[in-house]
Amino acid sequence: MSPQVFELVLLTIVTASMPLMIAALGELVAERAGVLNLGVEGMMIMGAAIGFAAAYLSGSPFIGALAGIAAGMAMAALFGLLTIGLAINQVAAGLALTIFGVGLSGLLGSDFVGLKREGSPHLYVPGLSDLPLIGKLVFGEDGFVYAGFLLVALAALFLGRSRAGLALRAVGDNPHSAHALGLPVRRTRFLAVLFGGACAGLAGAYLSLAYTPFWSPGMTAGRGWIALALVVFASWRPWRVVLGALLFGGATVLQLHAQAASLGLPGQLMSAVPYLATILALMALSAGTRRNAAAPAALGQTFVAPR
Amino acid sequence: MDVLNGQTSIPLLSMRGIVKRFGAFTANDHIDLDARSGEAHALIGENGAGKSTLVKMIYGLLQPTEGTIAVAGEEVRLASPREARARGIGMVFQHFSLFDNLTVAENIALVLPPREGMAGLRARIAAVSERYGMPLEPDREVWSLSAGERQRIEIARCLLADPRLIILDEPTSVLTPQESLRLFETLDRLKGEGRALLYISHKLEEVRRLCESATILRLGKKVGGCDPRAESPRSLAALMVGAQIAEIRAPGERAPGPERIVVENVSILSGEIHGVGLDHVSLSARGGEVVGIAGIAGNGQAEFFEILSGERLAGGDAFIRIDGVPCGALDITRRRLAGAAFVPEERNGHAAAPEFSLSENLVLSRHATAGIVRRGLIDYDRARQLAQAVIAAFDVRKAGPDPAARTLSGGNLQKFVIGREILSQPGVLVVNQPTWGVDAAACAAIRQALVDLAARGAAVLLISQDLDELFEICDRIAVMRQGRLSAPLAVRGTTREEIGLLMAGAAPGETPSHAH
Repeated sequence: MSPQVFELVLLTIVTASMPLMIAALGELVAERAGVLNLGVEGMMIMGAAIGFAAAYLSGSPFIGALAGIAAGMAMAALFGLLTIGLAINQVAAGLALTIFGVGLSGLLGSDFVGLKREGSPHLYVPGLSDLPLIGKLVFGEDGFVYAGFLLVALAALFLGRSRAGLALRAVGDNPHSAHALGLPVRRTRFLAVLFGGACAGLAGAYLSLAYTPFWSPGMTAGRGWIALALVVFASWRPWRVVLGALLFGGATVLQLHAQAASLGLPGQLMSAVPYLATILALMALSAGTRRNAAAPAALGQTFVAPR
Repeated sequence: MDVLNGQTSIPLLSMRGIVKRFGAFTANDHIDLDARSGEAHALIGENGAGKSTLVKMIYGLLQPTEGTIAVAGEEVRLASPREARARGIGMVFQHFSLFDNLTVAENIALVLPPREGMAGLRARIAAVSERYGMPLEPDREVWSLSAGERQRIEIARCLLADPRLIILDEPTSVLTPQESLRLFETLDRLKGEGRALLYISHKLEEVRRLCESATILRLGKKVGGCDPRAESPRSLAALMVGAQIAEIRAPGERAPGPERIVVENVSILSGEIHGVGLDHVSLSARGGEVVGIAGIAGNGQAEFFEILSGERLAGGDAFIRIDGVPCGALDITRRRLAGAAFVPEERNGHAAAPEFSLSENLVLSRHATAGIVRRGLIDYDRARQLAQAVIAAFDVRKAGPDPAARTLSGGNLQKFVIGREILSQPGVLVVNQPTWGVDAAACAAIRQALVDLAARGAAVLLISQDLDELFEICDRIAVMRQGRLSAPLAVRGTTREEIGLLMAGAAPGETPSHAH
């Protein structure tokens, strides 16, 4: 493999990983606050549809990204209203949110099917971006990639070091104790869910603005579910989400190349390889620690404050 | 930490005409209460008397329906714990309000003003543990700590906010006698610094030792106030329940019956990193006797209970025999068929399924022994009859004919789960912490039932941290410490101090070390 091809493969791996990484990060923050939002897929696809529509109409991928984020947050607000405001079961509400999002995005996006726009602009630093092998990888990505890694770093810092992050983890560990100490349990959870929605929306917008330059119904193709699984296998740690996403993206790209090289294995089996590889690798990672110390103890539990 | 002003004529906390209603239910009915700086005020009453509701209003967790709260003479509205803390009110919770997955320092940081960094916090934690003699490790995660250590975190967290009034809700319920004494030294010191203590307990000896004044609640009403030092535990108990509490009738001298349960050589490895194994534990009990197993929680009692009940099988050379039947390899149901019965520690979630009705809960433990299941189908009429029998025999108070287990108060649910087993007339009964967090009247009823069962010829194994309980009803007491069980000592030949020192792992004269 020539260096150019190798770099190209690495670039596609990053691109394939990004939507998973961003969506999983948002879900991770929501889950650390004790809210299990199974609606990631729904929020993500709404982000993809609205993001593409906004970018197409305005001509700006930046506005498209913002619209995608807003769409994800609106979906998350609906979920928050149901599960945090009305204390409805989180699993049921999350599943409903996904079904709703897939349907609504098809409706809203129907006028945009088949339309094309240019891909998102990539960074270009004269000199650096032309470096062999790592030039494009480090200095030539699109804005989403840099935003994604920045988000991971900020989230890791927020959860690990800040007072507000500590309060968020406390709420996810034991909402009753948190309430007894006077922490605003429901507000914290609502904000965490909104952040999760924003990330899912951004991940969706990435799909329709940068990953492919068009919108098609159902284009998230289960990535929201993979993101959910990544959170668990990453033991609720932000940097492990990056690792898991890259692994999954890597396996996806490599199996495509393997299929192209026609190894004689059934295509369906090859398509299953990324899932298998990710699960095995993350299982191996979490096998070392017997107790999942970061697992939020109150995950999925609704909380109603006594009056 | 400031040394606070000493005595003033204005009470630090003054509550007047406090009423709290939940719908149609009145939890507090026109209650007055004063707490003064430099004094400990006791709040005593049975479960359900309204003590918790009252202190939650002081700590800003609930709002009174009527009435006023004044702090240092100034009328205040305490809308949240944050506001209560800003007024100098701190609280140490009964069921620790700690976060298992956070470290000690993180748990403490949560209640302090946000501007303080973790580095400064560390120094302050060290200062508080030094000053009040409470060793703390800031970087340990809470789930790996013992109950006594957890309580120290609660107290340190409270003290770091430099409160003028400290509310303590049943603080000694999980401590050894020695740990309790150390707690009292700390509390005396806090009083000496001019802080006010509001002390909730139904251990009346402690109230007499610590408190200068008391408010007694019964069914939501204040039924009196007193100086506990001038009362006896019995007179206090009578004030509390409104009637004399029956003293446990000891069944007098009995000829010991045959050996009904024999346990030999039980050793298990600990399953978790910080779990406790068991190390060659042997014990036997005869018909007609109550054998106590004392020890601080987390020293292997839970594991030993699981081995006895069959929730966990002891491998190796272990040997368990119930009424002549070798049971080491049998499951719970087969052990029940051999004549044993078990009441685990956690009533909500282990002894009873919280969302299930009482009759369904009865089926859960007696399906094999009470003829409730016929041809694979449950006979609910019979289950309801049996549940009613338990309810009637043990005076279980409840709402509705067959309510969900979780709707019962702690004492009533405990009476139900113990009654459920006792009415099956077991030859061997193993109970773990039967009166934890149970009010005085229910406590007395449960202990009496255990003594009566033994008097009818059964062997009772009582795992408990409560030395008063063990000394009240046991014939022999063994001590479990770090997975080892001491030889049982006859109650008449031993003292609380001796048992307490065994629990702490020190020979008489030594300083007790701390168990993890």
